[in-house]
This record gives sequence, C-alpha cells and structure tokens, in this order.
Amino acid sequence: MAADTQALASPSPAGAPRETERLRRAKAALAREKRRNRLLLLAPALVTIGCVGLLPLTVILVYSFLEPGTYGGVNWVFSGEAYVQFLFERDLFEETLSFNPAYLEIFGRSLLLALGATFGALLVGFPTAYFIATRPPGTRNLWLFLITLPFWTNLLIRTYAMMLILRDEGVINIALMEVGVISEPMILIYTDGAVLLGLVYSYLPFMVLPIYAALEKLDFRLVEAAYDLYATRFRVLRHVILPVAKPGIVAGCILVFIPGLGAYITPQLLGGGKSLMIGNMIWQQFGASRNWPFGSASALILMAIVMIALLIYVRYAGRKRAHG
Amino acid sequence: MTGQETGEATAAVEIRRVSKIFGAGSERQVVALDDVGVTIRDNEFFTLLGPSGCGKTTLLRLIAGFEQPTAGEILLFGSHLEGLPPHRRPVNTVFQQYALFPHMTVAENIGFGLLMQGRPKPEIEETVTRMLALVRMEALAGRRTDQLSGGQQQRVALARALAPHPKVLLLDEPLSALDLKLRKEMQIELKRLQHETGITFIFVTHDQEEALTMSDRIAVMSDGAILQVGTPRQIYDHPARRFVADFIGEINILPAELTEIHGETARVRLASGQERTARLPEGSVEAGRVNVAIRPEHVRLGSPDGAALTGRVRNIVYFGTGTHYHLELEGVADAGGPAAAGGAFTVELQNRLGGADEHAVGERLGVLVEDGTLQVLCD
Repeated sequence: MAADTQALASPSPAGAPRETERLRRAKAALAREKRRNRLLLLAPALVTIGCVGLLPLTVILVYSFLEPGTYGGVNWVFSGEAYVQFLFERDLFEETLSFNPAYLEIFGRSLLLALGATFGALLVGFPTAYFIATRPPGTRNLWLFLITLPFWTNLLIRTYAMMLILRDEGVINIALMEVGVISEPMILIYTDGAVLLGLVYSYLPFMVLPIYAALEKLDFRLVEAAYDLYATRFRVLRHVILPVAKPGIVAGCILVFIPGLGAYITPQLLGGGKSLMIGNMIWQQFGASRNWPFGSASALILMAIVMIALLIYVRYAGRKRAHG
Repeated sequence: MTGQETGEATAAVEIRRVSKIFGAGSERQVVALDDVGVTIRDNEFFTLLGPSGCGKTTLLRLIAGFEQPTAGEILLFGSHLEGLPPHRRPVNTVFQQYALFPHMTVAENIGFGLLMQGRPKPEIEETVTRMLALVRMEALAGRRTDQLSGGQQQRVALARALAPHPKVLLLDEPLSALDLKLRKEMQIELKRLQHETGITFIFVTHDQEEALTMSDRIAVMSDGAILQVGTPRQIYDHPARRFVADFIGEINILPAELTEIHGETARVRLASGQERTARLPEGSVEAGRVNVAIRPEHVRLGSPDGAALTGRVRNIVYFGTGTHYHLELEGVADAGGPAAAGGAFTVELQNRLGGADEHAVGERLGVLVEDGTLQVLCD
C-alpha cells in the first residue's frame, strides 16, 4: 500500500515502467483480496439460501422426473409421466392419452379461492390499517399488538376455533336459532365460503401490516391539500391515499395470495373433503396416493404459476410507471 | 357586503366575533381565538402577523374549512361558510411545507384542483401551461416533485393553489422554509402574483419584516386576539398597543404623564418635565400615567441643555447604514428600549460616507424629541 502511494507520488521518467508494473500487480492483489472478503461475507447468506431454498427444490425437481415407488418414495428411473399425468389420463389398456381437466380444476379453484381471500383481506385490511395509522402514535402499537395477537397461537388451533364458530352447532347457528331468525342450522362449514373466510382470517395480518407501514408514512397534510383542492372524501382516497399506500397494498396482496394459494390446513379442516385445494392435492400425492413424482411435479407447477403471475405483475407495474 | 368601512372596496372575507376553543370543556382546553373580528377587502394582500401560538394559523384553517369555529361566523363575499367542507369552499391554501403530491408530476400537481372540479381536459392543460409560465417553471412540468429544490416546490405549491382561480388564497407561512436570499426573491414574486391575478391573499407570518414588505394591510395578533389592523405604515409609525410596538421593529418606550387630549393628539409630560404633542391610538385613553413610544430613528442627539431627555452614552453600535447610540437616561427609571440594546434608550443616526462617530462613550447628551413623533400606547 505504501509502495503504491510512493509510486504515484514520484513521477521519475526512468523508473516509470517498472513502477507501473508494480502498481498493476498491487492493484490486482488488492482486487483479489476484495473478492475473497466479499465471498466470505456473503457465505452465511449463500449457505442459508442453498440449504433451505435450493437443495429441497432440487430434490423436488429430481423427484418429479422419476417413477413412483410402489410403497411411496421413488424408483430411480427417468420419466416425464408426472407432468403428462397433470393434464392427461392414460388409458389403462390402450396406452392412449385423453385430456383430463380434474387437476386443472383444482388449480383453478385454488386460484379463485386465493384471489377471493386476497380481495377479502384487502377489503377488511385496508380500513383496519387506515384506522390504526390515524390513531395517536402512542396507541398505535397497542392496536398492532392486537392485530398480531392471534399469531401467538398455532394456525391449526385458530382453524379449529373457526370450526367451532361455523359448524352446525356452532356459535353463529346457535345464536341465530335462539333469536329465531332460522329454525334449522345453516350449512356454513365444509363449503367454499368457509374456506374463503378461514383464509381471510388466517392471513389478514399479512395484509394489515404492510398497508399500515405505507399509511404510517403518509403525510396527512396531503389529505388536507387534496381536500382543499376540491377533492371529495372518496376522491381523496382514490387520488392521494391509495397511490401513496400502493406499495403496501401490493406487498399485502402478494403476502396473502401466495400462502393462500398453497394453503393446506384451512381447506382441509373448513372445506372438509369437498373443497380440495392444491395444497391438499399435493399432500394426497405424498400420502395416500403414494405418487411422490406427481406430488413434486404439482408443487413445481404451482411454483411456476406463482412466478409467472408475479413476473407479469412486475412488468405491468414497471410499464405503467414509465408511462405515468 | 359591508363597504361602509372604506366606501371603495368590497369585503372578501368577514370574520365576525369568531372564537375557537380546542378541547372545549376539558381541563386542557386551549382558547386559540377569542372573539376575533376583522374584514379583509377584495384584491388585498392581507397579513396576519404574530408570534407562534397567537392563533393566526387557526384563523387561516377556519377560513379554509379544516376547523369549525366554536362561535361566530365567517363570510366569503357576503355568503356564509358555516358547515361547508374545504372542498366546497372557493378558497385554496398554500401549506407551510407545501404538501405537494409525491406521486404526481409538477403539471399533475398543478392540474389537480381543476381535475377535481371536473373541468374539461383542454382547459386543464391550458391553465396548467399558463400557471407554469406564471411561476416560471415551464421547463420542469414533467418532473416529480421530490426532484425539486425548496424554492421550486414553493412555486409549484403556489401554482397549484392558484390554478383553480380561488376567490381567496390562503398562505400559511409559505416562505419560512426558504433561505434568506430565496425568501427575499419570493416576497417580490408573491407580491407580483397577487397583482397579476387580482386574487385576495391572506398571508400568515411571524416575520415582521416580511409583513411590512409585502402587505397592503396587516393584522397584528397575540394570544388569540387581533390587537391592531392597519397599513404597514400605520402599524409601524403608530402602534396602538405596547405589544404591537415591541413586536414590530425597534422602539423605545417611556413613561409619561398625559395632560390634555385634543382629538387625535394629546400633550404628554416627559420625565424631564417638558411637554410634547403625541399621537393617540384609537380607543379610549384617559389622562394620567401612560406609556409613550418613539422609534430610534425619529429622535436626534444634541446638547443636553433644554433637551426633552438627557443621558450618557453607554454603547455605540455601528451597522453600516447607521449607528445606534444606547443611552442611560437620567431621571427615567423604567425606560424600555429595544431588547437588542439591553433595554437602553436607543437613538439611530444615519451614517454618511467618510463620517466618523459624532459622539463618544460616556458623553452626556440631550435627546431631541419633536412634536408628533411620540405615540401614546394603550397598555
């Protein structure tokens, strides 16, 4: 290091080529050291990503291209059958393929339920977040605490609680029958509606927290300014509050939609056997159906769908910004 | 329309006995405005001047509609504003920190009010272009507001508030975030905009110099009340109350004895026993002990023989255009000079090129007070 500065400081013409060579080598050594340090610093993150992310994914990817073992597990024989099975049914005797939309339907229903849950969570979550963000700073933390309180118990327990509310002898039906609004219990549980409600309930904090984070930063003088400039309350919401809260809304939607799409416990308990979602289907393949490759393939297809949806969103959002 | 006050201008805004109490009834209730009344004329640059917490911003927010008065009424060109929300009042505000919409461009910010009013698109575009030219921001129409300097944001905020052509423009200390040079520039700019648009401006500031420079009329406020309303000259030359005199410029306050009253003037006897004619403020003043005020630049120094006041020079402060002589007055126990002079009686003499200090520290001098330069104060 000291040599470098010396070389730079002495512009003697005779020594110049030699000094330049030394300078070049010193710089190269410095760059090597920098690279090594960077790699060392990155190592924990890389190890984590590798062990927790890439390794299991690779296992799933490999399994999806193998044949199913008779008692679960896999036979180490290459096969693309799992992906074919997703869309087509193979005739038992003739080896011909016929189109089978059963799995697509499950995917479709999951997609709709996840979208519905996202929308529902947004509908409930945005006003909640707005309410919290407009409280005096001292009491906001209490409200946030209350929002996150259900997370202290297991999702399974919370879903059982949901069952207690929705079932035929549940809180809602009993109460309504007592009051005399209905004479027979309504069918609430084991429906798509129950699953939707369960999903909204389970993932609501994921919607509230990012929107709150965005709204908390909102300068309420902007609201006053818009109100002053002839905007009605609704237009203040549309033209000022929503655009400012948009990053939070997008984050919240992604955080609800993705786990909602792959939800397992909620549809299992609240949907009964009738309302199957992707999560349950994949579980079945690894469990009762003993078709690990097909389960793996389904999981990967689910992941692909989510990624494609996100990519489309990112491109769309990026283009819109460039226009605006 | 109560034009009888001047007979020439109509009232843009009439504040009638308005009070505003925050947290009324509770232990911590705050009286922000106490029975305030003032009439602001059409096409006037009107300034609410006072220290922070005097209620000037509250009054502005009442006119804008962000707050509702606890008592009293506000009229805009003769029509009541009571119960109208801000978006239905033809009044726009320039906020202290500008409050520009961060997700919109400069042009979108300026066009926002027009868009909300549902004006046709070509009209909005035309007005925005005109506004951009008015505040000299044409080149930055497509910029996002967070890419602008403080002065530029200020201009956009002005253009945004002016674009819908409000009947009255409210300005809440809009220059306080700017540095001195920019502030001076914007003062002239604001005055120009008010002239060109013909819109009534109500300007809130705590800076007395700003108020004197820009206003057609000033209302000096303190503790939720308006103490005096008048042109800058009236306020500066003839402050009616001690607070006004102290707040605006530098002034000397002396105890005196009021002996006779003749209409708008009176005879006052100073500590030396000499009598002078002084101006009376509006409102009732009774004969007896009063305070009189006199500006440092309205007195001269001379021989102590026969002078209205005498004293010794304590300090000499040179400041370029003039020199301040701080005097220890004889026979006056509680003379209230400007705070900057440590309460000493101050005389300001104009400096001439090549001149030298005319007096020395410790010298005994007379203060020459002419008739009519003294102002009697209410309290």
